[in-house]
Amino acid sequence: MSVPIKKFSGKGISVRGNDIDTDRIIPARFMKCVTFKGLGVYAFNDERVDGNGKSKGHSFDDPEYQGNPILIGNANFGCGSSREHAPQALKDWGIRALLCESFAEIFAGNCSSLGMPAVTLSKSDIEQLQSFVENEPKMEISINLETMKVTAGSREWTASMPEAYRNALLDGSWDSTAVLSQAYTEIDRVAGELPYI
Amino acid sequence: MAGKNLFEKVWKRHKVRTLPSGQDQLFIGLHLIHEVTSPQAFGMLKDKNLTVRYPSRTFATADHIIPTDDISRPLADPLAEEMLKALETSTQEYGIQYFGPESGKQGVIHVVGPEKGLTQPGMTIACGDSHTATHGAFGSIAFGVGTSQVRDILATQTMAISKPKVRRITVNGTMPEGVGAKDLILAIIGRLGVNGGLGYAYEYAGEAIDALGMEERMTLCNMSIEGGARAGYVNPDQITYDWLKGRPYVKDYDSMIRYAEEIKSDSDAFFDDEVVFNASDLKPMVTWGINPGQVVAVDEKFPVVESLPEEERETALRAYEYMGFAENEKILGKKIDVVFIGSCTNGRLTDLREAAAVARGQKVAGNVTALVVPGSQEVAVAAEKEGLDKIFKEAGFQWRLAGCSMCLAMNPDKLQGRQISASTSNRNFIGRQGSPTGRTLLVSPAMAAAAALAGEIVDIRKTGAAS
Repeated sequence: MSVPIKKFSGKGISVRGNDIDTDRIIPARFMKCVTFKGLGVYAFNDERVDGNGKSKGHSFDDPEYQGNPILIGNANFGCGSSREHAPQALKDWGIRALLCESFAEIFAGNCSSLGMPAVTLSKSDIEQLQSFVENEPKMEISINLETMKVTAGSREWTASMPEAYRNALLDGSWDSTAVLSQAYTEIDRVAGELPYI
Repeated sequence: MAGKNLFEKVWKRHKVRTLPSGQDQLFIGLHLIHEVTSPQAFGMLKDKNLTVRYPSRTFATADHIIPTDDISRPLADPLAEEMLKALETSTQEYGIQYFGPESGKQGVIHVVGPEKGLTQPGMTIACGDSHTATHGAFGSIAFGVGTSQVRDILATQTMAISKPKVRRITVNGTMPEGVGAKDLILAIIGRLGVNGGLGYAYEYAGEAIDALGMEERMTLCNMSIEGGARAGYVNPDQITYDWLKGRPYVKDYDSMIRYAEEIKSDSDAFFDDEVVFNASDLKPMVTWGINPGQVVAVDEKFPVVESLPEEERETALRAYEYMGFAENEKILGKKIDVVFIGSCTNGRLTDLREAAAVARGQKVAGNVTALVVPGSQEVAVAAEKEGLDKIFKEAGFQWRLAGCSMCLAMNPDKLQGRQISASTSNRNFIGRQGSPTGRTLLVSPAMAAAAALAGEIVDIRKTGAAS
């Protein structure tokens, strides 16, 4: 079993924009690798630097936000390709949890299997949080998966996430292989009853 | 009590149990792997001291990084060579069937699975690739998964997944001349939005769907994920069975049909949601922005940002900035630099026939680079047998080797700088086709071929040769 994740606290980093797809999170040309190690330096690569290697001023390059582990984003974050390279690159960069208006489905599942809470808040709450973080990079944000509350300073917001992902994080079954492996007898039974090979 | 839909029936047959988290443990009947999202999964297996539980249910090919001009080994790109080697080593070590470049059976995984007859009605299918929904064309339920799930499926042949709701998309009527499955799915995504399918699997039904051939059904299901739906399917019918007959992995044709008839949606099946389209309203579609939902009919103008729903405006502004386009401009007549015909969306034999019918006896515009990349080595052989390669070459198209190519440009086929492509692939994301500033207009094979000849976007209904 993996480690239960009930609470997480850390500083935030704002990444603004709806429909940020996984090609933007990690362009395909950086996926020529056989391990996920070291992908963090390529996270948001083409959003960070232009063709001449000049910085575009992305928050991932802002010295104030280096190592801040809570990404705050907008709607449909992580849409597109199923590449786990995307959450792996974010994780390798230092992200440990995401707060967004909404997530694409495969991406949310990928985050969950890496033990990274992908939590949703309302549009106005996300905007507030993004503004807070942009004004105060050092502000500590707490995510409580038991109460589904997000707090920063004296402010508190109500969050949500699919119950199954939440349960898996709370009881430490998010690293799914161990849980799935407990049912070999039933797996073989289902396989044996299928009308195709 | 309402009847059951196909999704419900197939899910039930493959469900192992409900997990403590509330998700279901689902048995995966067919697992497909390729070189990009599997090596890390094999690495994780090793770390956990696990093995492959059902190696006979996993099949592999190499597609994403394969060059389409020279596949002699070692590949020119050492990173690509390393990935190919990793797949060869892993499949050999675990006894997994691998269709490599030397086998004559290699190609885009979503083209190879169906053409081998691996994909059959009523299966659960998973692959570390979001376009796995393609296989739903055969009445299977097929999902794209991440690498951690690839690991789980290798280790247990199951995955943890929440059962989605099912939306039926009924398409009534007949599609007009010059309009095909690609236009239909772009129109669906345009109307329902890029995240309209979140939490749903799509059943495509109705007169217009029944009339589609298997390749067109694959095009349709393929892009379900671009509308946010993780899976999309069509109920199996005689067209499905005829297409599968005699394919190498269809061992027992009669029992395959018996099972398929059993799992078809009941006539009074329940659906969580229903949407209806009218096929006769459809026109050739072209994307103008940075996601497949930013799409217009070929005779329409680009939308005014203020007229869009509020949640779409910010992405629309970003799209105009990136594409260098403006509100109210026409898509018709937009100059293009590159044409790409291929991919898991439109790289099959009928797609190539459709494009060749347009290209026959014509010439690619002088300033345009046009690539035709067959979806698989078998598609290439079949196309060459019909002389399609000659038609393309005589018209000035490059006839390449099979692979994913410029759909995502992990191989050397890339846009340069701000080039604009008319592409039969599935994504027009920022930087998708290999240049961080490159631009993509998604279209059907006929529209792509016509654009190659004209050097700009034209209306296939007016230029003709749409067969």
